[in-house]
Amino acid sequence: MTALLELEDVEARYGPVHVLHGISLAVDEGTVVTVLGPNGAGKTTTLRAISGTVRRSGSIRFAGGSLNRVGPDGVARLGIAHVPEGRGTFSELTVSENLRLGAYTRRGSIQPELDRVFSYFPWLSERRRQQAGTLSGGEQQMLALARAFVLRPRLLLLDEPSLGLAPVLVAELFRIVGELNEKEGLTVLVVEQNAHLALQAAAAGYVLEAGRVVLSGSTAELQADDAVRRSYLGY
Amino acid sequence: MVTAATSRIEGLRNGAAVPVVSLVLIACATGLLVGSLRSATFAQLTVQGLALGAVYGILALALVLVYRATRVINFAQGELAMATTYIAYQLIQWGLSYWEAFAATLAIALVLGTVLELTLIRPVLHRSAIAAVIVTVGLFVLIDGIVNWIWGGDFKSMPSPFGTKIYHVGGVSISRLYIGMFVVVIIAALLVWVLFRFTKLGLGMRAAALRPAEAALVGVRVDWMLAVGWGLAALLGAVAGLMAEPSQFFLEPTLMQPILVYAFAAAVLGGLDSPAGALIGGLAIGVSLNLVVQYVPAISSELQEPFAFAVIIGVLLLKPSGLFGHREVRRV
Repeated sequence: MTALLELEDVEARYGPVHVLHGISLAVDEGTVVTVLGPNGAGKTTTLRAISGTVRRSGSIRFAGGSLNRVGPDGVARLGIAHVPEGRGTFSELTVSENLRLGAYTRRGSIQPELDRVFSYFPWLSERRRQQAGTLSGGEQQMLALARAFVLRPRLLLLDEPSLGLAPVLVAELFRIVGELNEKEGLTVLVVEQNAHLALQAAAAGYVLEAGRVVLSGSTAELQADDAVRRSYLGY
Repeated sequence: MVTAATSRIEGLRNGAAVPVVSLVLIACATGLLVGSLRSATFAQLTVQGLALGAVYGILALALVLVYRATRVINFAQGELAMATTYIAYQLIQWGLSYWEAFAATLAIALVLGTVLELTLIRPVLHRSAIAAVIVTVGLFVLIDGIVNWIWGGDFKSMPSPFGTKIYHVGGVSISRLYIGMFVVVIIAALLVWVLFRFTKLGLGMRAAALRPAEAALVGVRVDWMLAVGWGLAALLGAVAGLMAEPSQFFLEPTLMQPILVYAFAAAVLGGLDSPAGALIGGLAIGVSLNLVVQYVPAISSELQEPFAFAVIIGVLLLKPSGLFGHREVRRV
């Protein structure tokens, strides 16, 4: 089986600053894969390279086609939903408008998608006329996730979903992601500081350091690795 | 987290400001109504001011749309409106009826505005907004030159779109022209509101203007949306030009220059990022100019434009965000 997403020797830079020095990774369809690593290792940049929001070189292939010459809007149209760090909700727009934007690339009625999303996030339905900026941080993170689901993505890129959230909400968020993965076969690539959580949710993982992949394997292998245990799991 | 918190604080602040602004507006409207009931001249000036103000307001709306989309003040917006009015004039010369020419001109303006953004603004916008503003100043001169070159600087006349009928209500005579101007502008503004509020294209345009990076992530073609925003602004400018022409009685290359000043005053008064504010600002400027010239002896009609400038400077000094604009909040 070939991977849904394949990165080979991907480099990226912000101006003169080289952030990724040849990242290679693969995500199989229907799996959850996590990217771990210290601050500044290039985790966020890896996701940004995939969604085309940073200048990159090397080969990025999705569902058999190359993403190298595709911009962010084109990547979204191919079925990749990127929930950036800091959520990226449109705080000036209403909840309902945020969700409609999530389905921007879909044609026809999006009511079935909305109903589906409301079944995962029932409270969103009651607050659809509320301005997104008036939601709490946790609610905005949920909204960002809901907006990504409306697209019915083939691949979900999640950047630090737990950042700034109460532990209860983090657990809830990962529960929903897991449920979508099991029930609907959603493929997820998640960057996460909380290695415990990430390794619980994922089937495989990559460890990045200074813009390179230093370790990869199934979550069982990673959990058994001494360096990972010392650096990320703390025992 | 910081943005979420600040936007909530911002929400509260606006929540507190809106009732004050509405009270002021209701007080002004009541004042105008009382004045109109007591004096026929006052009523006539008010009605005329509302019609002219609607034209200033729709041009201000064009400025606001461009500003919201690209953070650029388009100094050529008025000249663009003037040029499209000449296009309508030419179409009528070629045998189209007034309203056929009106519709065709709006379509041409939409394309023209979009193409101008793609060819002249886009290439410099990525470098800096200031560079784009300077390009619009250049565009002002360019359009002025082209219009003078093609049509000459002499007065042209166009058929009146609304006839010359005058209605008498009580002791007040109201020209059908002013009612027509007002109605056309309000319809145009309502259609823009429907576009932004209820259509997918409008939602995409708002998203692209508010948060371009996030909009691209959900699949909005941001560059294209911004170009269409310019096109839409040019279309509204064309409405302004076509409605301004009959009120000035003649078409000439300087048609829109004073009106651009009033539109700037309207946009600044309403808040540069508020579409509703632009329209209300336009009406306020239109009415107050008319009344001030009549009732304040020190201000003669030659001082109308300086008066509008005084409004701009006053608002920028006292309340830079205008009546309905958002204060810019920066992350610390």
